Amino acid sequence: MNSISKLITKLKPLITGLWHKNPALVQLLGLCPLLGISNSCVNALGLGIATTFVLVLSNMLVSTFRTFVDDTIRIPVFVMLIASLTTSIELLMQAYVYELYQTLGIFIPLIVTNCIILGRAEAFAAKNSVLKSAIDGLSMGLGFAVVLVLIGIFRELIGQGTVFNNMELLFGSSAINWKIVISIDYPKFLFFVLPPGAFITLGLLIALKNIIDQRKKISMQQAVEPERIRIIME
Amino acid sequence: MWKNIFIQDKLHSSTKLSVQQIMFFVLLAAVPGIITQFICFGWGAFLQLVWCMLLAVAFEAFILKLRNYKYTDYLPDNSALVTGMLLGVAIPPLAPWWFGLVGVGFAIVFGKHIYGGIGKNIFNPAMLGYALLLVSFPKQAATWLPASSTLLPQPSLTEAWGIFWGYAAVSADSFAHATPLDIIKNNNALTLNELWKSSQILDGIGGKGWVLVNISYAIGGLFLLYKKIIKWQAPLGMLLAIVIMAFFGWQGNNTSSAASPMFYLFDGATMLGAFFIITDPTSGATSNLGRLIFGIGVGILVYVIRVFGGYPDAVAFATLLMNITAPLLDYYTSPRAYGHKKADKGLPRTKS
Repeated sequence: MNSISKLITKLKPLITGLWHKNPALVQLLGLCPLLGISNSCVNALGLGIATTFVLVLSNMLVSTFRTFVDDTIRIPVFVMLIASLTTSIELLMQAYVYELYQTLGIFIPLIVTNCIILGRAEAFAAKNSVLKSAIDGLSMGLGFAVVLVLIGIFRELIGQGTVFNNMELLFGSSAINWKIVISIDYPKFLFFVLPPGAFITLGLLIALKNIIDQRKKISMQQAVEPERIRIIME
Repeated sequence: MWKNIFIQDKLHSSTKLSVQQIMFFVLLAAVPGIITQFICFGWGAFLQLVWCMLLAVAFEAFILKLRNYKYTDYLPDNSALVTGMLLGVAIPPLAPWWFGLVGVGFAIVFGKHIYGGIGKNIFNPAMLGYALLLVSFPKQAATWLPASSTLLPQPSLTEAWGIFWGYAAVSADSFAHATPLDIIKNNNALTLNELWKSSQILDGIGGKGWVLVNISYAIGGLFLLYKKIIKWQAPLGMLLAIVIMAFFGWQGNNTSSAASPMFYLFDGATMLGAFFIITDPTSGATSNLGRLIFGIGVGILVYVIRVFGGYPDAVAFATLLMNITAPLLDYYTSPRAYGHKKADKGLPRTKS
């Protein structure tokens, strides 16, 4: 029992990034790649994994170096750390998933400028231990990636009428027949292929999250409210 | 009369018309245009109109239910019907059923109620829906018909019905024809005189049928002006701007020339836009001078997009672009109460 409750307290920071402080839905950070690349599931997943990877490692590195770096020059040092990590993931993607690398294009090097990464380095990793920073990076990265993939699936479904198209770019040739086609003569809904569709999808997701939060709050209030006790004098 | 541009009306309105009556008169004023459109483009145009108006009321009822309003509060105000009507006449006659569904749904749900419902939308809902359709489905948005006076084949009622629901043996492509604006836009080899002769759907002034449709909408618009439901500033500004811009672009009879001012005045959705769309009280400017500038802006944009832009007709995009500027126009043009500062220093900040 004790070990489970310990585990839960350890996992709590994970939930923060996924729900309460979700970088995409609550902090609204990193919107440029979020809106630019979420036009299909495979693109979204590729960028989500890359960003999470950079975020975890950069948080760990920044946290390691935090005691050696003077406060006045911390930003250039952090940026250099993040940039070298981004370059290495760019090279890794060129080596293993070259076609996906080509589709994502400029958005891979642009991970450097993703404000989630520098934001977490400043706000969390520069003040906390390596392990805590790694968990924070993982939770923020996953929160970003999950939203990215959700928008990707929605936009691919509405825009192109397919889901999981081109997944072989990421998972190898066995994923070729993962593609689900809704209808053969589905007319392309170009609005959702283009960036404005991403804005609307993100808005709908934020609205959905707010509704769930509101419902939860109301139900919690009702649970806390004490029942009336009627004392009947006889 | 010219003083009217600068002198604002009394703030207390002297008309006693309710929203319901205003919207009813707008619908009534559109009737001549709708009838002419039916005569020129056949059953397809009528089907789209009825379908869009039905859908608009259905979506309005649905969203009112979601927002916990009573139907009786907002549904009888006819504003949804007007949105549906504007989309219905804008949608090409041979578009499939889902075309109107997507457009009206987007217009009512995203264009109107996301912003808070009637009176609170910053964009003209109908034009938002139409712009979405134009951007999303370029193929279906181009299924216009040649007017009946060209004697080119037009679908019968059953064919139009079949095309609408998608089960017809004939496809929409077998009837669809480029609109006059398309033809002018894609022309780069013929001089204007050669072009008038080469095309079956053009006559001397504009497209066959289209001139009549535009005149009918203008008549409806004059009725609205007479009833004092719309003001003359915005329509006049728009039409004047189109004429002046077209004079600059009209180089007589060479191949690179844009068409004559008459052509741009009586083709596409010019008159519908001038009298029914940019006079929308919610999304347009509200001061008299503001209305004039708003209209001029729409007119300039309409001409620029028609001649240089990627889309043949431009009223929707021009209106949406100018809708963004409406608050700024109001800010600089609305008259101040005596003793208040002029707008160049801004309204006094209210302490919150």
